Amino acid sequence: MEMISKTGLKGLKVAILAAPIMAIAGLASAQELRIGISAELSALDPHYHNLTPNNMMARHIYEPLVGQDEKQALTPRLAESWKAIDDTTWEFKLRKNVKFHDGSPFTADDVIATFQRAPNVPKSPSSFNAYVRGKELTKVDDHTIRIKTATPAPLVPTDLSTFGIISAKCKDTTTEEFNLGKCTAGGTGAYKQAEYVAGDRVVLTPNENYWGGKEPWSKVTFKMITSAPTRVAALLAGDVDVIENVPTSDVARLKGDAKLNVTSTVSNRVIYFHFDTFRDVSPFITAKDGSEIKNPLKDLRVRKALSMAINRPAIVDRIMEKEAIPAGQLLPDGFFGTSKKLKPVTYDLNGAKKLLAEAGFPNGFKMKLHGPNGRYLNDTKIIEAVAQMFSRLGIETEVETLPSANFFTRASQGAPGNLPEFSFILVGWGAGTGESSDSLKALLATFDPKKGMGATNRGRYSNPAFDAKLEEALRTVDDAKRDLTLAAAMEIGMEDVGLIPTHYQLNTWASRKGIKVQARTDEYTLATGIRKE
Amino acid sequence: MLAFVLRRLAQALFVIAAMLVIVFFGVNVVGDPIYMLISPDMDQAQIAETARAFGLDRPIWEQFLIFLKNAAQGDLGRSFVHGESAIKLILQRMPATLELAFVALFMAILIGLPLGLYAGLKPESRSSRLIMAVSILGFSLPTFWVGLMLILTFAVGLGWLPATGRGPTVSILGIETSLLSLDGWQHVALPALNLALLKISLVIRLARAGAREAALMDYVKFARAKGLSQRRIIGVHILKNIMIPIVTVLGLEFGSLVAFSVVTETIFAWPGMGRLLLEAITRLDRPVIVAYVMVVVVLFVAINLLVDLIYSALDPRVRLTEATS
Amino acid sequence: MSEAALPATAAAPPPAQAKEETPFRRFARSFLEDKLAVFGLGLLALIVLLALVAPLIAPQNPYDLASVDLMDSRLPPGEVAGAGFTMWLGSDGVGRDLLSGILYGLRISLMVGAFSGILAASLGTAIGLIAAYAGGRVENAIMRIVDLQLSLPSVLVALILVAGLGKGVDKIIIALVMVQWAYYARTVRGSALVERRKEYVEAAQSLGLSHARTVFRHILPNCLAPVIVIVTVQTAHAISLEATLSFLGVGLPQTEPSLGVLIANGFQYMLSGKYWISVFPGFALLLTIVSINLVGDRLRDVLNPRLEK
Repeated sequence: MEMISKTGLKGLKVAILAAPIMAIAGLASAQELRIGISAELSALDPHYHNLTPNNMMARHIYEPLVGQDEKQALTPRLAESWKAIDDTTWEFKLRKNVKFHDGSPFTADDVIATFQRAPNVPKSPSSFNAYVRGKELTKVDDHTIRIKTATPAPLVPTDLSTFGIISAKCKDTTTEEFNLGKCTAGGTGAYKQAEYVAGDRVVLTPNENYWGGKEPWSKVTFKMITSAPTRVAALLAGDVDVIENVPTSDVARLKGDAKLNVTSTVSNRVIYFHFDTFRDVSPFITAKDGSEIKNPLKDLRVRKALSMAINRPAIVDRIMEKEAIPAGQLLPDGFFGTSKKLKPVTYDLNGAKKLLAEAGFPNGFKMKLHGPNGRYLNDTKIIEAVAQMFSRLGIETEVETLPSANFFTRASQGAPGNLPEFSFILVGWGAGTGESSDSLKALLATFDPKKGMGATNRGRYSNPAFDAKLEEALRTVDDAKRDLTLAAAMEIGMEDVGLIPTHYQLNTWASRKGIKVQARTDEYTLATGIRKE
Repeated sequence: MLAFVLRRLAQALFVIAAMLVIVFFGVNVVGDPIYMLISPDMDQAQIAETARAFGLDRPIWEQFLIFLKNAAQGDLGRSFVHGESAIKLILQRMPATLELAFVALFMAILIGLPLGLYAGLKPESRSSRLIMAVSILGFSLPTFWVGLMLILTFAVGLGWLPATGRGPTVSILGIETSLLSLDGWQHVALPALNLALLKISLVIRLARAGAREAALMDYVKFARAKGLSQRRIIGVHILKNIMIPIVTVLGLEFGSLVAFSVVTETIFAWPGMGRLLLEAITRLDRPVIVAYVMVVVVLFVAINLLVDLIYSALDPRVRLTEATS
Repeated sequence: MSEAALPATAAAPPPAQAKEETPFRRFARSFLEDKLAVFGLGLLALIVLLALVAPLIAPQNPYDLASVDLMDSRLPPGEVAGAGFTMWLGSDGVGRDLLSGILYGLRISLMVGAFSGILAASLGTAIGLIAAYAGGRVENAIMRIVDLQLSLPSVLVALILVAGLGKGVDKIIIALVMVQWAYYARTVRGSALVERRKEYVEAAQSLGLSHARTVFRHILPNCLAPVIVIVTVQTAHAISLEATLSFLGVGLPQTEPSLGVLIANGFQYMLSGKYWISVFPGFALLLTIVSINLVGDRLRDVLNPRLEK
């Protein structure tokens, strides 16, 4: 009960100060920023849970060595520069004269402490171990470190952009203590932790001595408002100044409101269909009379036909209300490791019918589509729309949507032998690293637990040519070469229709006039990117 | 008396044990929590490792035995998601929910009782019929739908009240409340009204039925014949008579208010334990779901007991025995 | 709760009936005295009729994905669909005609409500009777289960049940029955206990009538009044609960949209001015529940003879 009394006392002080301000919602002090965020964080410990809302909040307080800009390109942060000395060694020059929130200086020792803590937080539901393991850290001097790996590791700088550096003083601080703000040394970030009420709000105050300059806000409150209509209502009612994750149906209205600003950018999240290419008979595909047939999805012509039967512009226009972009690969054009050749597959119903007939299914077949309910923007409607489109192709299509908790278990391991259960599913993938290797590795590489490949390959797509190209890319340290090799792998996977991408989501923010939000591809809402106009 | 209370407590333990089994295994049927916890870009080995750390790789009955062993030592488990004690998380959120439910209950009585009394005493009047018609409407409207309508009307449209969240809280005698400031009341008004709506109709109905029956009772007729004022008849005789069923039913309904706050808290972003539950259900955070159910059952049993005790105090005809036959 | 049955629902047995009138005619006359109730009954009859003939009068089969066109999505009321018919109530987010959706949705909502109500009533009544008649340990055990059931928040039980069972009309009916039966059991047991102590039961028993006969021919009919009242109220409640579950994302599947699913789907459009997607199904739901409740309300008054003058 310690936490209650603490926050209670703190709450009292805050209450007395804030009451007169908050009572007049419309006239909140210009210095104070209130943001409505769409997901609850699970902790304020920067290394407890690799989860978007956690990472986003941690970014304010604890800075990583390498930053990601609004397009997820790598930028210097606590490391001023880095370079690969050879294929298996990276050297990072650390920024000088940076101070933690308690005034102590930032040095290589803090990086070492962070490297010890980040992968070893007890009971972490999703550890940062993935980004730390296999990296041997040596301190060259107080502001230089070297990272040695056993095999060529081009992604070291990207890995280091995923977690924040804590003061060495906090290396034994527990998650609960982090939540309570007991890591007083804190991080080096632009904001300091002031209050955390789990499931309700996080309050930050600016770090007066931030090396990057002082922030314009006297106080930033993040309110967790998970219901989308409620979030919009909170903005309209003046409860908050900024909201993230504006539902597509409200964007047009908010854009038309003279009192509001709306900003958006393409997301790193692709929505795609994954399908069973590994079973000879797929459980949710039958002939129209219900009799068993050979899995048609093993035939490239059928896969192509299905992709051609999806009217992507119609989905973007009618369902996403233009808040999306038709997709031709796993990451939007311009991201690292994407192909310049690949374009969204053009809608061509007749062509699709012809291909289907060629493949031996002139009268189509029967198929059931599955998807999560409420996990991605308009997910159910997209599945229904695609089912409409498949019906036109002559495929008798049924739809079943399930709550996420149920869906992902069954989609990943619902069939006997822990195999994926469904035949044809809608899913989404956000590329947290901002480049394509992580999408390709997880979704299209041959499922292989030993190599750690294809972990999320729920269709068990397998193509040796693709695997070879991807593995080549993962060994290539040279950025330009790796970019091209990844693009080539992407082309193999897309031309073989290993999965069918439909669109990239847009990330959209709305704010009160006078406040400008920097739109980011990684879905992060950062107070450091919100400025007065 | 003591035997009665003890027996009730024994029953409570049985109920909790049964619930525990149902919830523990029920959640397991829904899905594997591991897929709701991990970051999507983890590979197979990391997923397996995480499952091992949480004991999720063991068969469900083994997980249950481990849970029982820990529970016997007073440890009800840590939230998969938050990593903190599940009971602690719930108790942290409980004051907000109880506050909301109490205000809703209070609102239901404050609004429902006079309306119901009026409708019961003047059953033929036009306004009584209107009251009853509106109360049917109150019964009929789905909570979630009304919630957004309230926000649309009073927060977005008229701008009178805030749409979301709870007011600033202060701690009084160890109880955390937001009801000591105007801001707090402004925040609680809409969600509490939303939650109270069903109960307002219920109180109207109970009060009306009670008043109608009481008005026909001999002692009320007698009081009337004696020339007692209408106010005294209503205030003393009728009210006293109908308070028994109302107290009983509302006592029982308090549990349902707490449970239904799941919907209201989600819509109004009220930081209570209902929202925690929904979040836990969507993320398959089993320890929190289990802890929530246990807390709610204990709460409910306690309320039942309390209601029975009050009931017997109000109505001496009721003796505290189990009505076996 | 032992003897604290709802006073509004626990009715005494009807006294000896008036001379010539059959009990049913007496009941019907008394029911029809209230204009509001007659209106409710008429409305309910109309709604049921519409639901029954929905496939004949609906312009579109909203389940047939081939007949639904994405290009028709979010059309305001009165617009003409690509297929040529007028969408009098507009269309939803995937291009479904809302009027057709509502007509078909009514079918599902009413079916879910009625089935779960009747099943729960039968199950609960039987259990309640057994409890009251058997007494002793059996009763104790049953009533503890009832307590257990009633101590669970209905939303929570339904959430876990439906999530475990999967989606589907049959699944949600099972869940709703599980949530509701205990109300009947408790009430029926309450009234049956009162009945049991009455002379006529003792008389029946002393005449050597079988247990089953005593229960079903004598006790049951006298407990029916409150059951009928609860059936109506609970049916309305079931329809509303189903809508709530759909709102929380665990109700019926999207491909078989009940009114609740339609409302939940339209929910996201409320703030953007496309009111019809959520408001019209909302009205349909409201009218349905109100009409059932109006009828139930009058039934309660009529079947509760203590209130008669």
